[in-house]
Amino acid sequence: MAIEDDVVVIGGGLAGMTTALSAAREGSRVRLLSHKESTLRFASGLIDVLGYAGNEIVSNPFETISELPDEHPYRKVGESGVRAGLALFDSVADYAGDHTDKNALVPTFGGRIKPTARYPKHTAPGLASDQRDTLLVGFETIVDFDAPLAAEHLAETVPFDVRGVTLSFPGEFRTDAKITRLAHALDKNERVEIGSSENVSQSEPVRIALAEQIKPHLGDAERIGFPAMLGEDHPEDVRATLERKLGVEVFEIPMGPPSLPGMRLEAQFETALKEAGVRITTGNPVVDFEGDERISAVIVERNGAPIPFHGEQFVLATGGLVGKGIDSDREGVHEPIFDCYVPAPEDRYDWSEEGAFDDHRFARFGVQVDDELRPLDSADEPEFENLRAVGGVLGNCDVSAEKSASGVSLSTGAVAGRKASDEVNP
Amino acid sequence: MSEKEAESRNPSELQDVFSGEPMDLRPGSDDCYKCSTCDTECPVAEVDDDFPGPKFQGPEQWRLKRKDDHDIDDSVMSCSNCMRCDNACPSEVPLSQMHNTARGEYVDEQMSKFSREYIRNRILSNYGRLAPLASKFPRLTNFVMGLSVTKFVNEKVMGITSQRDFPEFATETFTDWWEKRGSEATSKKRAREARAERGEVAENDDKRVAYFHGDYSNYNTPEVAKSMVRVFEQFGYEVAVPDQRCSGTPMFANGMMDDARRAAKFNIETFAALVEQGYDVICSCTSCSMALRQEYPELYSFDGTAKVAANTFEALEYLRVHEDLEGELADSSVPESEFGELAYHAPCHARNQGLDGQAVELLSALDGTDPVDVGDSCSGISGTYGWKSEKYDTSMKIGDEMFEHMEDVESETGMTECPTCAMQMNHGTGYDIRHPLEVLDSALVDA
Repeated sequence: MAIEDDVVVIGGGLAGMTTALSAAREGSRVRLLSHKESTLRFASGLIDVLGYAGNEIVSNPFETISELPDEHPYRKVGESGVRAGLALFDSVADYAGDHTDKNALVPTFGGRIKPTARYPKHTAPGLASDQRDTLLVGFETIVDFDAPLAAEHLAETVPFDVRGVTLSFPGEFRTDAKITRLAHALDKNERVEIGSSENVSQSEPVRIALAEQIKPHLGDAERIGFPAMLGEDHPEDVRATLERKLGVEVFEIPMGPPSLPGMRLEAQFETALKEAGVRITTGNPVVDFEGDERISAVIVERNGAPIPFHGEQFVLATGGLVGKGIDSDREGVHEPIFDCYVPAPEDRYDWSEEGAFDDHRFARFGVQVDDELRPLDSADEPEFENLRAVGGVLGNCDVSAEKSASGVSLSTGAVAGRKASDEVNP
Repeated sequence: MSEKEAESRNPSELQDVFSGEPMDLRPGSDDCYKCSTCDTECPVAEVDDDFPGPKFQGPEQWRLKRKDDHDIDDSVMSCSNCMRCDNACPSEVPLSQMHNTARGEYVDEQMSKFSREYIRNRILSNYGRLAPLASKFPRLTNFVMGLSVTKFVNEKVMGITSQRDFPEFATETFTDWWEKRGSEATSKKRAREARAERGEVAENDDKRVAYFHGDYSNYNTPEVAKSMVRVFEQFGYEVAVPDQRCSGTPMFANGMMDDARRAAKFNIETFAALVEQGYDVICSCTSCSMALRQEYPELYSFDGTAKVAANTFEALEYLRVHEDLEGELADSSVPESEFGELAYHAPCHARNQGLDGQAVELLSALDGTDPVDVGDSCSGISGTYGWKSEKYDTSMKIGDEMFEHMEDVESETGMTECPTCAMQMNHGTGYDIRHPLEVLDSALVDA
């Protein structure tokens, strides 16, 4: 009968993909349901585990986990769970940072330094712990990255010389050309017009034209940072050509959406999911479920038509308030699919504090779970026998203040995927 | 979502609290936070540097056109209506609905009704009105349409590309075959026999479906429609084939909103009456199911619009939800010489309904065929789009990635649910293109 799998994962972001992969590698038949394209394209592509505790920057996340409150998701999965999440990630992505437990310091596009556990290889030469003098290059039409301003900010915290310059991207692209359009031009090394001599227009491969444009600004710089746009499909080739032509190392600074590092990571996860045999269904939201103490199916709504997806075990990976896995209105805060219990102060004015960066209660809204990662009702009893929750939908941690969103997704996803699979195939 | 909710959400009824003006698409426009993900997914923007992308065509253009002194930008005619932007948006901005309404307004108010472009687009989008005539004399039509002089005139006078071969008209339409076969009465008899063989109850009003075959499978590929009928009957379903018009997809894409409205009204009234009697609506073309499910409720509020949308399904999707399709396929086989490796392309309109993975998933269990997904790129033809002389190059550029991936597949057979994607796949590679229902027919129906 109907569409049936062992483990059904709801949500296609980092937490959902990690859960699905973890369960599939344990031998289960897994279905991944995602409403939209993966959220990774909105993410920087950096994998943070724990960047801040209180207001203190964290040097080694693993030494700090035991100091977190008991309800924190990391305390539920323990250090071994966090390591399992990272190990799974390392098997999927071609990233740097796995040589140490310590955080790396990655420059951001605003000129700040972010403590992070894993970072793309294309970002590696830019680390702030590396003392080489640096040139940041921005482009007039990429308005999200102001290289001189970022350099000025960066210079306040780093012990090396950093300058910024804004150039025009070679070729005649639209002024509002998408960052992906320019990335694909670099991928293909398209020829671009570089002016004319004796009425004959001249063209050059875009990577070469770009290097030529930068050369006069190089000075003593020993490395060059670009906004993350150096190719979607062949970033190694783009960087290699630029490095050869410029004689210095080239790195990328992670950017906001649409994020090329996020899209590349998404592609790597998609490959891994395909290899593991995960069956993916996207395009429509999960809106309801069938069952009582035990869930037998979740209902996907396809333009008004209810489509059931049956399974033995279910994992909720729908994200937090921003990801719409947690919803709020004037009456309260709730989890919209299973109506899992989400504690929140009754008075809405207690949900937030005055200052933008204060310690807001809403930032820690989410479902409560036991050590098995099963959501709990208001009496601390599991809501369902066969439901687990992972990633942003979990409460009790402010992942954006802690810089722990990726780590929470990876660790709870890896653990929940394994546990769900173990119940299907004991 | 219940029908009541769907209708209460109709944005045309909402009013701005300050001005009292209708809100129109204002809420959807406000939902856009300019992440630009839609622009990165747009196949036209990818290859056409002059096209400003869905974010401009949607929420930005919507705001601009609220001002009296702003015309709609003519670039809206370069949108191919693939609707991938809808699926890319994390904020549920109704992008394709905005494009459809902007294009409709542009054609109404800014395009000359005597221009070659208008006349050509009107003819292309009303193919369903011309097809009955052509199919009365299929051999003559096919002969004339294949003549180089016809192509020359089409290219020079009409702006229809001469690069493509017109699809051939079948010598017998699906509906002719259906009537000759005995229509509903025969279908009922066959369904009952199948139910008896399956050990199911003889009388079962739940197993009745109304087939929206669309024009293309009626006039050009009746074998797909025949497969639909045979496969559903094999599973014990009684099939009804009511009178119907074009789903409206080519009309939306060309901004011919009056034509679309007339066709949609007819279809909604016809199928709503059947849904009322307990029928579910089945489509074999994913653009048809897209129109009934999404575009109709976005654009119209005829009685029964939401009911038809909520009870419309794509053929495989329906069988998969209600029957053990995967299990039955696992116990069956098809001749490897006929099917074998199949280069499968998921049409954009299948992707938008969340149906892009199902054909490969289901047919992988079947002996004698090995479907290979050729990736998530758009085929580039987008219905009538790739037929226009000025869009032909863009259409082929978009298709390049799909052609390349198809060439990687060893055999020379492709598969897709969309008739125009099939045209493009064949045009770019020379492969013979099949429909998943034909594979099911071969696997499950006793000859």
